Amino acid sequence: MATMLEVKNLGISFGGLRAVNAVDMEIEKGMLYGLIGPNGAGKTTIFNLLTGVYKPTDGIIKLDGEDITGKPTIEINKAGVARTFQNIRLFAGISVLDNVKAGLHNHYKYSTLAGICRTPSYRKVEKEMDERAMELLKVFELDKEADYLAANLPYGKQRKLEIARALATDPKILLLDEPAAGMNPNETQELMETIHFVRDNFDMTILLIEHDMKLVAGICEELTVLNFGEVLCQGKTADVLSNPQVITAYLGE
Amino acid sequence: MTGMKKKKLISNFITYGIVIIAFIIVQIMQSTGNLSSMMTGLLVPLCVYVVLAVSLNLVVGISGELSLGHAGFMCIGAFAGAFFSKCTQNTITVGGLRFFLALLIGAAFAALFGLLIGIPVLRLKGDYLAIVTLAFGEIIKNVINVFYVGVDSHGVHVSMKDQFSLGMEPDGMLILNGPQGITGTPKDASFLAGIILILVTLFVVLNLIDSRDGRAIKSIRDNRIAAESIGINITKYKLMAFTVSAALAGAAGSLYAHNLATLQAKKFDYNLSILALVFVVLGGIGNIRGSVIAAVVLTALPELLRDMAEYRMLIYAIVLIVMMIFNWAPKALEWRERYLGRFFRKSVKEGK
Repeated sequence: MATMLEVKNLGISFGGLRAVNAVDMEIEKGMLYGLIGPNGAGKTTIFNLLTGVYKPTDGIIKLDGEDITGKPTIEINKAGVARTFQNIRLFAGISVLDNVKAGLHNHYKYSTLAGICRTPSYRKVEKEMDERAMELLKVFELDKEADYLAANLPYGKQRKLEIARALATDPKILLLDEPAAGMNPNETQELMETIHFVRDNFDMTILLIEHDMKLVAGICEELTVLNFGEVLCQGKTADVLSNPQVITAYLGE
Repeated sequence: MTGMKKKKLISNFITYGIVIIAFIIVQIMQSTGNLSSMMTGLLVPLCVYVVLAVSLNLVVGISGELSLGHAGFMCIGAFAGAFFSKCTQNTITVGGLRFFLALLIGAAFAALFGLLIGIPVLRLKGDYLAIVTLAFGEIIKNVINVFYVGVDSHGVHVSMKDQFSLGMEPDGMLILNGPQGITGTPKDASFLAGIILILVTLFVVLNLIDSRDGRAIKSIRDNRIAAESIGINITKYKLMAFTVSAALAGAAGSLYAHNLATLQAKKFDYNLSILALVFVVLGGIGNIRGSVIAAVVLTALPELLRDMAEYRMLIYAIVLIVMMIFNWAPKALEWRERYLGRFFRKSVKEGK
């Protein structure tokens, strides 16, 4: 199998604080990979490094063989990294459909003037965008709510919409930051199915941060456990979760 | 076409319709002699304020940035347009064409300054941006205030001291006379031209909002970090909104200038910027039709209340407060939802 994401010796310091240190990770194409660890272990910081929100102090990040270290967020997204956020970040004031269409921004184009003058190319491209966006919404069973304001969706659907929007950018790898946060067991179960579905149908590589151990054990094939910004343990999910070090880090002595 | 799109299209046509119907009503009133001379004199300024309010709403409502320097862009447009018309008064004799070009030049200059000012100031957010734009607005006004420009057979003379240091030949024409501004701009503006400018402004703004670029602008407003994460270029789209808005304000300024005998920079002070912001907030942030209505009502109100003499500013203020509360107080919104919601269910829920 080819490697989709390769991280070597990744590290960042904020002033004197070493938030992430010497992290290595290798994620194969099509894998469901989990990043876990106690609060403050540096998981979201790694996501922010992978998406260009922070520039790494040292280390290399390679996506599908291409070096994306230290590039701006927009370029990294264009290269094929899409993400969701721990605290949902939707475009609350526009419709559900428009949220997904915003995700399609760099794949369907017409000029500003064409948009203002409503030229045939505007109509054609908008129609294609509508169709593509509706396809994505159907996958997440959001097509009936397409005209709702994103802010008016229930919590679980907002999470789904965020994933749909990320997928609209046509990424190679999808980063999910605590997708199950704040969900009840039923919603979590449904989410697990959705994630599986995305992986299989979109041929996607998925890296997720999660605290819900049931979800992690249920869907992740491999794990990296972080503690105090460093890799504590890495490997197949079953092996990692039975590692005494990991249990100590999570539950204490 | 989805239901949402149809609704948007209908809503846009209602907005255009309101403007056209208002125009027809005024025309009828004018021809039957029912329009006071005070109101007749107010027609072009009304158009100016409507365009100004709509253009500011693009920045405040759609792009989500608070700009308090809009009078500055209007000022640039006004002086650029008036300057052009004065210079070409004798070469371009067709009033309509000259005025059309003057509007374009006003818009172009304002857009240029919008772009130049936007590049540094759009790095700021919220209150900080508001204060910096306020400062830029004042700077523009004060800079134009000290310029003296004249034209004679040797070309253009510029001075920042006084009109005598221009060193012009006796046959030269003084165009910009410092604080006295530009006098004798051809009176090319008309109510019809104003209405056309309003319609063009609405066309540009409403269609821009509802296009790919507008979606990008709104997504940045709603969540900058998320917009960046899906590959939207923040700087580009913020600048686009700011520049388009400045251009439209510049066109409004040019219209304004061609309705006045004397154009002075001091009229474009922060009071005007605040007034434009009041139109936008009162009409509803992001609600284009609301801006149009608010600008008309608040401009016409003091004149309509003229009979009440000393009480009119008091009534104006009270109307402003009551409208503001009715439109925006949470309790009032709740009340509206409950009692008027039956009739306007959809517009209350989905309209912004």
